[in-house]
Amino acid sequence: MCLAIPVEVISTDPEKDTAMVSLDGIKKEISVALIDDVQVGDYVLLHVGYAINKISPQEAEKTLELMAESGLLAPSVQEQLS
Amino acid sequence: MKYVNEFRQKELAHKIAENIKAEVQPDRDYHIMEFCGGHTHAIFRYGVQDLMPKNVHYVHGPGCPVCVLPIPRIDNAIELCERHNVILCTYGDMMRVPASQKKSLIKAKAAGADVRMVYSTQNALELARQNPERDVVFFAIGFETTTPPTAIALQQARKERLMNFSVFCNHVLTPSAIGHILDSEDPQADAQVALDGFLGPSHVSSVIGTKPYEPAVEKYKKPVVIAGFEPLDVMQASLMLIRQINEGRCEVENEYHRVVTRDGNLKAQQLVAEVFELRDTFEWRGLGWMEKSALQIRAPFAQWDAEKRFELSKSTGRDVKGCACPDILRGMKKPTDCKLFGTICTPEDPQGACMVSSEGSCAAYWSYGRFRMDNKGSENAA
Amino acid sequence: MNEVTKRFQAKLNIKSGRIDMTHGSGGRAMNDLIEQLFQKHFENDYLNQKNDQAILPALGANERIVMATDSHVVSPLFFPGGDIGALSVHGTVNDVAMSGAKPLYLSAGFILEEGFALADLEKIVISMAKAAREAGVAIVTGDTKVVEKGKGDGVFISTTGIGVVSIDLDISGANAKPGDAVLINGTIGDHGVAIMSHRENLAFETEIISDSASLNGVIADMVKAVPEINVLRDPTRGGLASTLNEIAQQSGVGIKLMEDDIPVRSDVHAACEFLGLDPLYVANEGKVIVICPQDKAETLLEIMRNHPLGQHAAQIGTVHEDPNHFVTMETAFGGARVVDWLNGEQLPRIC
Repeated sequence: MCLAIPVEVISTDPEKDTAMVSLDGIKKEISVALIDDVQVGDYVLLHVGYAINKISPQEAEKTLELMAESGLLAPSVQEQLS
Repeated sequence: MKYVNEFRQKELAHKIAENIKAEVQPDRDYHIMEFCGGHTHAIFRYGVQDLMPKNVHYVHGPGCPVCVLPIPRIDNAIELCERHNVILCTYGDMMRVPASQKKSLIKAKAAGADVRMVYSTQNALELARQNPERDVVFFAIGFETTTPPTAIALQQARKERLMNFSVFCNHVLTPSAIGHILDSEDPQADAQVALDGFLGPSHVSSVIGTKPYEPAVEKYKKPVVIAGFEPLDVMQASLMLIRQINEGRCEVENEYHRVVTRDGNLKAQQLVAEVFELRDTFEWRGLGWMEKSALQIRAPFAQWDAEKRFELSKSTGRDVKGCACPDILRGMKKPTDCKLFGTICTPEDPQGACMVSSEGSCAAYWSYGRFRMDNKGSENAA
Repeated sequence: MNEVTKRFQAKLNIKSGRIDMTHGSGGRAMNDLIEQLFQKHFENDYLNQKNDQAILPALGANERIVMATDSHVVSPLFFPGGDIGALSVHGTVNDVAMSGAKPLYLSAGFILEEGFALADLEKIVISMAKAAREAGVAIVTGDTKVVEKGKGDGVFISTTGIGVVSIDLDISGANAKPGDAVLINGTIGDHGVAIMSHRENLAFETEIISDSASLNGVIADMVKAVPEINVLRDPTRGGLASTLNEIAQQSGVGIKLMEDDIPVRSDVHAACEFLGLDPLYVANEGKVIVICPQDKAETLLEIMRNHPLGQHAAQIGTVHEDPNHFVTMETAFGGARVVDWLNGEQLPRIC
């Protein structure tokens, strides 16, 4: 469930608690009432017109690195294979 | 699309697939329940199972809010627009879900009811502002991801004294459903395959955090890995689950670190707590009545609670006879085990909820996976 | 128009006038509307005959008549990259051209809603006239009806097209054969997304414009060079996915697509992510699916790429034998899936 997509904040309107966000050239005004301290350049997760959380660029990078790692490093597996 | 395309890369998929292949024990099966329809959708749309070893089986769970809403609640939504003549606002997903007597919101609309599809609760509020002479009801469905936006709408309505707006609340809670599935697991039953672990919700968890899953993992000794909805997330989280299973560990792990933390979105949780409280009990399609499994609107917001404002009948609507949605939602049966699947139940004329929502497992099997079945509708070994 | 009628004719107030019931009554007001708006802009010898029908020239010896009809009910009426007027020409010209025919004549039926601004109607009529001229077709006969306010959506336009095709050509949805190549002339989903970006409640900002265009030019080039083309079809409503399923059924074959090879603009992709839609199911108005023997594919791609409407042409799949007549796809991710018909309506999804 819960379709949500990562979008970039390109401007904010603290008065209205909204932000203009962009995804590959598509722009839309969304509510940021559910998160604190939104800055231009942040990536947020957009769900039904609301930012429900921020996305951590560092953690995204780490996850991708983990995915690229060879699983054979796991010692238990090496034992099995040997 | 940043944070989307990276997690759909073919090369990385093959890398993870190799890792999985190297780590699965060939002499056993792995039954992994993906709780969310979002995962089901990703698995089928991208063909994830084609990259997985044959002994890793995905069991589709009840995590589709459209699928778990029981017929009486949809009957009530139709009653709101037909009998009480309200403007009923709903997310697109709900339009075609079958209610009693072969009705649905889209059919009610065709017959003259004022049903409007909205993208956001903000659209529903706007409709209420534009139509002060009409009652506008927002048909709120969804798990913890979709609840905070409803909370905001209710707070705004109260602040603006928007008296013609109300919410028909059907928000349900994920951890209760996981607990219920594990509670009802009967290891003695032959027909049922024991689950080895769960792929946990991604966007739900971004709101509630990973903490709420800890008691269930502790109690039932089944591992949970929170997984993003992109296909690489599903694969990596599957690998993490396979490792836990191989090592006999039972923990809540988090693959979706880029969005999910242990505590979740505290601001959103606070808002939800201000506006909603636990219902004593709520009926789920497939899972039956479950205590403390859904939310209702708190007393200070009673004026904006459609269930308090409008008299609603006690519908006795039941699922179509022979429909296996209840068992499919619990992972007890596969879509192909249902007699109605592909015979009288197809996406053009869905009989059960699992065939309506594109995230329902029947729709996923039918729309994306049909080529894997033989003519009798059962799955090919290949 | 002779001097006498001109002197006694009221001038249509296009700037601020509106359609009222008299414009459909068959009386003078209707006549004014037809002469001062439709005839003025559509202007051609057949329409100038001012009869209730157009008498058209005889066919050539080796020609057959091709006829197609299409009704247009688009909302909004004006959208990025087009409007209902141009669309009503493109749609029918394309339907005729998909047989390999040369479209020649159109009829146009207008159902106007009481209260519709004449200025908007004129814009639409001018756009239709321009589209017809560009496609080389003449709007030779027409009809106007007016419905009460609330019983229409501004304007509905129904067009019927007539064209001619050589007796030597055999292009049909039933002709796809195992081994054939499946080609398309460019990016998919542009029209549907351009329209949706302006729908109430969904509105988002984008540069995407509709691909609405008459394809008879590029089709004429292709048919001339490769008369062996088996299938031509425009993937309009229901998108690429539904149109390929139609062809697979009609020809009794399977079709396999390569997701990586299907051209989709990145912003169309993004808009689809926004709305929870799949570009394969989003409407096009300027696209043609070409199915031909594999050894002709390169020639046809070359012709398309040299035409302004085919710069992003690509081979997207192949035809094979399949008793189930499935359309399947190797995903960009390396898996496989069925590409089913569009079921129900394309509704934006949240969950």
